[in-house]
Amino acid sequence: MSALLSCHGLVMRFRGLTALDDLDLDIRRGEILGLLGPNGSGKTTFFNVVTGVYKASGGRIEFESQDISKSSPQAVYRAGIARTFQRSRLCLPLTIFDNIMIGNARHLDHGLWFNLVRRKQLRRQFEACWAEAHDLLTIFNKALGTRLLQAAGSVSMIDRRRIEVCRALVSRPKLLLLDEPSAGMTHEETNELMDDILAIRKRMPELTIVIIEHGMSVIERITDRCVVLNYGRKLCEGTYGEIARNADVQQAYLGTS
Amino acid sequence: MFSSDKLPGAASAVAGVIAIAVFAMVLLRIHDQWGLLALGVIGGIALLLAVRTGAAAHFERAFAAHERLMNGVVVVAFLGVIAVLAKEDFSLLILSTVLLYCVACMGLTVQLGYCGVMNFAGAAFFGAGAYTAAVLGGHTSLPHLLVVLAGGLVAGLLGSVLLLPVLRTRGHYAALITVAFGILFRSFLDVNNTLGGPQGLTVPGMTIFGWSLNQGLAIGGITLSFYVNYALVTLALAIVVYTVTRRLERSWVGMHFDAVRIDELAASTFGLNVQGLKIMAFVIGNVFAGMAGAVFAMMTGFISPTDFDFPTSLVLIAIIMLGGIGNLWGILPAAAFVLILPEKLQAIQEYRFLLYAGAVILVLLYRSAGLFPRRLRRHFPPKAVS
Repeated sequence: MSALLSCHGLVMRFRGLTALDDLDLDIRRGEILGLLGPNGSGKTTFFNVVTGVYKASGGRIEFESQDISKSSPQAVYRAGIARTFQRSRLCLPLTIFDNIMIGNARHLDHGLWFNLVRRKQLRRQFEACWAEAHDLLTIFNKALGTRLLQAAGSVSMIDRRRIEVCRALVSRPKLLLLDEPSAGMTHEETNELMDDILAIRKRMPELTIVIIEHGMSVIERITDRCVVLNYGRKLCEGTYGEIARNADVQQAYLGTS
Repeated sequence: MFSSDKLPGAASAVAGVIAIAVFAMVLLRIHDQWGLLALGVIGGIALLLAVRTGAAAHFERAFAAHERLMNGVVVVAFLGVIAVLAKEDFSLLILSTVLLYCVACMGLTVQLGYCGVMNFAGAAFFGAGAYTAAVLGGHTSLPHLLVVLAGGLVAGLLGSVLLLPVLRTRGHYAALITVAFGILFRSFLDVNNTLGGPQGLTVPGMTIFGWSLNQGLAIGGITLSFYVNYALVTLALAIVVYTVTRRLERSWVGMHFDAVRIDELAASTFGLNVQGLKIMAFVIGNVFAGMAGAVFAMMTGFISPTDFDFPTSLVLIAIIMLGGIGNLWGILPAAAFVLILPEKLQAIQEYRFLLYAGAVILVLLYRSAGLFPRRLRRHFPPKAVS
């Protein structure tokens, strides 16, 4: 399988702190890759560097053979990478529909003339988008589809997560980065959300997903392959079974006995 | 496809608008101080009752449900008020001023209310339009409608001087820069002799297609105040700017403005051009303020630096904060309150800034979203899509 995204010698330094240290990592087309590691091992930093929020201090990131290590967040998004955030970053005062459509900038017409004057075309685009947002949401939760005009702040935590995933998916990206989607959720809610992610996978088999997770049962259930980070380096990679047996991983998580 | 709660009928909304128009009419006509006091008490009690009995909420829903019709009704109500006041110069001048401040505040709404771009120099951009009208109107034969447009463009251009610092700073710092700019603008006018210095400039009245607005209309042997003309022109300007602002709000651009205001990082992660959107909002807002300023100059016939000083910028901000930041309809009552009250009640004229400050503090303490908070943004009014 060819790599969709690969980094070579990726380094991210914040003054004295090296968050990513000479990291080599391949993400293969169509896989669900679990990104693991203790707190502070550089998982979220990796997402931020890939999406252009931080500029890498060194190394290369290639996405579909294009170097994106110097690209702006906008360019990365346009190339086809979308993400969710560890702490929910929804626009709570806006409707659920608006929140999803904010992720769809790639397909919306931004022209001032179009938006102010061509209201009929705008209306048509709006209706197409409405159907799309509705379809997408109903993969997750049937009830949410009827609540598109409610404020995002008025729904439960798990539904907010679903909306965030929809926002990332609506532009039909090639690579989806999920930053600890189960954070702050109960065991049952986590299971529901993982069902949702597997449902997406079924609907969009060509989508590649990278997921940061701590729950081992979650990782075991949904990932094809895992990479474990520690101190910004790759500790090991392999299937869940392989990494779970790895002595280095056990040591990193549990400390030396 | 869309949620369809039972929508209230239009009758209650029409009745509400008529009641408000009648109140405004009486308010503008009364000059007796005790009468005003009585009117204030009656108005206050009526408002309190309307809120307590749920009539206000019902009015709001009915208004939103029949938006198109109600927009027309409001225009008719304005025309009615203008017709009743047709011979009263001073009342019409106040009414027109309120409308022009509304236009400038709609500009601020695009900037601060939608996109979150601070602008404490609203009066400077208003003034830029006014001085443009004075110079172009006094020294060139440019048609006056174009002069108004030029006033907007000059204000927009002047604003681009501020773009770099405004884009590179956030929150308080951006606010401080615009404060500094507003003060700078006023000082510049004070010392600049070609623009009249502290004495100001006279501005010729407006002429549209050969129709001089400074000539009162004569209908059936009765000569109306020439301010009727200006009231009509400012109303037209307000309608145009309202339409543009509303369409902007209900479009992808408006949605992106909101996204930038609420979470810049998330917006940029989803491919939004944050800087570009901020520039767009800032320039559009300044153009509105400039156009309002140009009409203001031609209406009053005389402008001086004190009309565009920092306190005036604060008044503009106070209006949108009182009305509810981001809510276009909130601007009108807030502007009316802030502008009409001090003009009418001589007792508080001197203390008007104290009054504004008190009102803003009270609103921030007890109703931080403003007296008429903005509702959920929708792309199309609820009734139109069914």
